[in-house]
Amino acid sequence: MNKHPDDWSRRDFLKTAATTAGGLVIAVYLPACSKPENAAKSTGPVKQVAANAWLRIGTDGSITVLCDRSEMGQGVYTALPTLLAEELGVAPSSVKVEFAPPGKEYVNALLGGQVTGGSTSVRDAWDKLRMAGAEARTRLIAAAAKDWGAPPQSCSVADGYVVFTSRRKSFGELAEAAAALPKPENVQLKARNEFQYIGKPQKRLDTPAKVDGSAQFGIDVRLPGMLYAALAQPPELGASVKSFKADKAQGMPGVRQVLQTSSGVAVIADSWWQARQARDAVEIEWAPGANAKMTNASISAGLKSAASGKGKQVRKDGDAQSALQSGRRFEQTYELPMLAHATLEPQNCTAEFREDGCHVYVPTQVQQFAQNAAAQAAGMPPEKVFVHTTFLGGGFGRRLESDFIPAAVECAKAVSKPVKVLWTREDDMTHDKYRPPARNTLSATFDDSKKLNAVKIHLVAPSITSRWAPAAVANGAVDPFAVEAAHNFPYDVPNVYIDYLQHEIGIDVGYWRSVSHALNCFTVESFMDELAYEAQQDPYEFRRAMLDKQARWQMVVDTAARKAGWGHAPSGHSLGIAAMSGYDTYLAQVAEVSVQGNQLKVHRIVCAIDCGQRVNPNIVEQQAEGSIVFGLSAALFSEINIAGGRVKEQNFDDYPLLRMNQTPQIEVYVVDSTEKPGGMGEPAVALVAPAVCNAIYAATRKRIRALPIVKQGFVV
Amino acid sequence: MIKLTINGQAQDVDVAGDTPLLWVLRDTLGLTGTKYGCGKALCGACTVHIDGAPTRACVTPVETVAGKSITTIEGLSSNRGHPVQQAWIELDVPQCGYCQSGQIMSAAALLAQNPQPSDADIDSAMSGNICRCGTYPRIRKAIHRAAELSTTSKGSG
Repeated sequence: MNKHPDDWSRRDFLKTAATTAGGLVIAVYLPACSKPENAAKSTGPVKQVAANAWLRIGTDGSITVLCDRSEMGQGVYTALPTLLAEELGVAPSSVKVEFAPPGKEYVNALLGGQVTGGSTSVRDAWDKLRMAGAEARTRLIAAAAKDWGAPPQSCSVADGYVVFTSRRKSFGELAEAAAALPKPENVQLKARNEFQYIGKPQKRLDTPAKVDGSAQFGIDVRLPGMLYAALAQPPELGASVKSFKADKAQGMPGVRQVLQTSSGVAVIADSWWQARQARDAVEIEWAPGANAKMTNASISAGLKSAASGKGKQVRKDGDAQSALQSGRRFEQTYELPMLAHATLEPQNCTAEFREDGCHVYVPTQVQQFAQNAAAQAAGMPPEKVFVHTTFLGGGFGRRLESDFIPAAVECAKAVSKPVKVLWTREDDMTHDKYRPPARNTLSATFDDSKKLNAVKIHLVAPSITSRWAPAAVANGAVDPFAVEAAHNFPYDVPNVYIDYLQHEIGIDVGYWRSVSHALNCFTVESFMDELAYEAQQDPYEFRRAMLDKQARWQMVVDTAARKAGWGHAPSGHSLGIAAMSGYDTYLAQVAEVSVQGNQLKVHRIVCAIDCGQRVNPNIVEQQAEGSIVFGLSAALFSEINIAGGRVKEQNFDDYPLLRMNQTPQIEVYVVDSTEKPGGMGEPAVALVAPAVCNAIYAATRKRIRALPIVKQGFVV
Repeated sequence: MIKLTINGQAQDVDVAGDTPLLWVLRDTLGLTGTKYGCGKALCGACTVHIDGAPTRACVTPVETVAGKSITTIEGLSSNRGHPVQQAWIELDVPQCGYCQSGQIMSAAALLAQNPQPSDADIDSAMSGNICRCGTYPRIRKAIHRAAELSTTSKGSG
């Protein structure tokens, strides 16, 4: 990706794919002027045979897998090729991985678009990519068997060869013949006990490039003749440019052009530092928008006032409304703040117009949205926009947005040169699509034997999906990404009522790693803890007694409690527990804390997980470890504050993230399971806040009902 | 012209003297392994070595490092052979990977000073480097492992 990337492959391939309409028809094409890296040893031109949308086999035997999800740390660059490689019988480490272009064949069936999010990548790919590999294997075997006059069922594959008795032929030799065969009818997936790679800890394929500085993130894209741009965006969310004077900036070193874009005023210069310096010299008059008087207090007040209304019903078991009228009613309200994604790589995009159209090089989680955003800015149809996905320096949902793309396209168009637009950290912090705030009220009653009789969960928060994918919530449907970790309330209670009241706050909110799980798990699991104390029961035993019919929940709750030494905390330490199911994964966490005066220390977090069949246990553990750090960072410190419509937090001094010296001991225990795979990119984030707050209560009898923890009188 | 020595090579750069070293490395010289994260020495993504000392390139005016020896992630080793890189690969430390150049440069500087660091030493040397993906537990293990690898290679060499 350093210079002009090998675009031939993606474009030609896309054309091929379009004509095969999702079938696994093999197409053969010859690259015009470029060879894959690993073709060096072959003689004569190497042909790349597209076996299907995800697999190319070179006539030299090289195997390239197209990864149709974005790698943002969660491991798809390794896990997805592993699924395909398993069925082909080749080591994942032997394949070359490229990121796929936008394409219909890459739509994520769980989300309805080419989207990396919702912890869906492995769940969506599990059957699809194994079938793709198995079909290619079946064709290769058929081609060899035909050549040898051998029965296909007596042939096998090993390390890139089809083998029959003492004979063998390489996949490279067979690729073209395999392509010419009709679509195989009888494609068999490997049985679980035949897996060579799936379920075994494999090294990540992207690690080497990430320890020597060679991995290419969006910010690293360099094109010949490229210029750099810095962007002045409205300090007040929703404001716009009224007028600007650029005389001073125009005269500064390296400055090529100052122009108004759809996102603010851009300064284009020979280097980014020059552009960034000159940006601050542009005098801009902003036209205030609707948020000029917005503050945190006004947002909270709006949620509070809305909360008295009735939301849309999400679930109704029995008759909670009536049951709550009898007996002593226990009720609490929990509040959650807005949060920034704070990907360590700030938002950026590089655009270039060439003869064939507009090329954008971008760290995106949504290739088609990116294509459409660029097309609109370029004034071109989407098919004239070529999206090149780079590695993402963190995603966490931030790069489900495309707001950093149009300005790059507009700048490149204005100067007829490639332009890289890079936001500063401060731009990034103050122009995020923030995690929604929430104000949730829960109520419950017990029966005469101190068993829970009714629970009502009233969720109040803005809806992300109503902006991001309005069609998904048309006709009054409840936003499914607002009610997670509440709608599946697992505890055996006869009367349960859950409703969601959508309350918009006037600024855009976005999907933030684990989305509403983080809001609702804190709410539900804090409340369950309160109910346990109310019933004078042990918080673990209290939950456990109501999970009798839930085997997978029981297993993780028991495992976390046992491994954490529940009931046997070290002297001066206290434990808190939380459980959740999300993304088809079941989890429980126990936090171990101590509090001296107001000084809080989180010593240890134990996490038990049942995520079904694992593709790569190493990455499952990585994701759990990282999610816990991510969740603890938010629980302890994070909050976005607004005054006069402007975000106050600017950088990592006033929006601190967890550091190594604050990181507790983290222990992850994964239950062996043959259930279908569950998602692991996000869920472990959501349990940290309730587990830690419940432990703080155990230590201090002080209940935290609003985050972050440092705003509740504790010092970390 | 400012005369720099980067990864052992002399380089002349024609930039304003107050330009942060980070942008000279990335944009002028194309050494993009060193990352921008905050611009205020808060996150450590831009860590390089100046005469062996870990330094935040985002707040270091280039004129102040003329004539000094500058090492970036690209120059830490050939073929990822530095014990820190080897340990990072062995333990699969990186997730998104964006902060890892800075983490590795901080860790390499720590081990050069203190070949057998304790957990407290590691905390003190590494807490200026943010990892948003939360790879800290593996970074800690990998630094201990790199210390072992260094001892072994010295012993056998």
